[in-house]
Amino acid sequence: MNNTSLILIIVGSALIHNVVLNQFLGICSFLGVSKQMKASISLGGAVIFVITIASAVASLLYDYVLKPLGMDFMKTIIFILVIAALVQIVEMFLKKKSPAVYNALGIYLPLITTNCAVLGVALTNVQDGYNFIQCVTSGFGTALGYTIAIVLLAGIRSRINEKDLPAPLRGAPIVMIAAALMSIAFMGFGGLKL
Amino acid sequence: MKGCIERLWNGLVKENPVLVLMLGMCPALAVSTQAANGIGMGLSTLAVLVLSNFVISCLRKVIPDQVRLPAYIVIVASLVTVTELLIKAYIPSLYEELGIYIPLIVVNCIILGRAEAYANKHTPLLSVMDGIGMGLGFTVALTIAGAIRELLGTGKVFGAQLLPEGFGMTIFIQPPGAFLVFALIIAIMNAVGIKTRQRKLVESGCDGNCGLCQTPCETAAPKSEEPQKGGEQA
Repeated sequence: MNNTSLILIIVGSALIHNVVLNQFLGICSFLGVSKQMKASISLGGAVIFVITIASAVASLLYDYVLKPLGMDFMKTIIFILVIAALVQIVEMFLKKKSPAVYNALGIYLPLITTNCAVLGVALTNVQDGYNFIQCVTSGFGTALGYTIAIVLLAGIRSRINEKDLPAPLRGAPIVMIAAALMSIAFMGFGGLKL
Repeated sequence: MKGCIERLWNGLVKENPVLVLMLGMCPALAVSTQAANGIGMGLSTLAVLVLSNFVISCLRKVIPDQVRLPAYIVIVASLVTVTELLIKAYIPSLYEELGIYIPLIVVNCIILGRAEAYANKHTPLLSVMDGIGMGLGFTVALTIAGAIRELLGTGKVFGAQLLPEGFGMTIFIQPPGAFLVFALIIAIMNAVGIKTRQRKLVESGCDGNCGLCQTPCETAAPKSEEPQKGGEQA
């Protein structure tokens, strides 16, 4: 496994196939949390943490338990349980070892369980036949893409809030239009020759 | 009987999961590239939703309160796996089109939301009707959005050529088009609903649905009974 192909996986999953703007995973938290810049950064950090660990654990489980036993049709059930348990463990660990980080993440940590990006990454990794290191890299890249997108949107929204919009566009519609424009911008990365 | 029809109407129009409650946006945005995909995804979700509402409603007195969420997730994940295998076996073309979004029905907030907000408090019959209503609401929203995107993007609807050959604004079948079309559909629904809602807000106070509300939360008086929200947002 050489280093260039790992960098390609990171660039590909963070920018070209951006998890929010291109694959529509994790939209709920993307639209919901991006109201505040600070919360977006905290959530981004938590998501990077959880997705990277979750894709590592899911990859090991799939390669060494599910596949040898011929139970790969059970992957959806197993992965979602692993992710839920993992978020709990991470939460307990952070609470004990680093209360500062725990307080900064607050409510967003448990909510990550229902973020479809986590399950989505675990399942796509397995579908693409990635090995352990590739899984971790692609998990990290995807989460990085999520963080970039949500922080950018939070910045845009802080400007939108000050504007006098037509009433029907206020709230969700204008945020989605902003997301559409971001998505067009991110399509530009599709032109990268990798 | 009246309750059942009320449930259907509630899911289809009053609390349409996608357009009003803003739940399940991920699959809605992702698979609405064609009207046919919208129907396929909508009906798969409907099947899972009806079954999960039924099972959870039947087990609502058995499942202890503290572990209800893990229990719901296991029930939903099992049903989704069954649905996934059935689609793979009988409609392989749909399976190819929807891909990763079929297993992701597990984390669709509509399903856990309805389990939490409705099925664990009501009888199996009403819960099934609620599932049908919500599922149909989801299907209709996805199909309409899919038809609009397909029409603008390729000039076809359900594969039938409606606009002149060669017409197509490709952006609408690409990711940005999904955000744009849903933004505009919701904006139109807002424009229609704003007047009636504002009148209603003055009468009854906040209903806890901030997606459509232009009134600042401080000025709207809280509603007396518990608001019927769609459960936690994912």
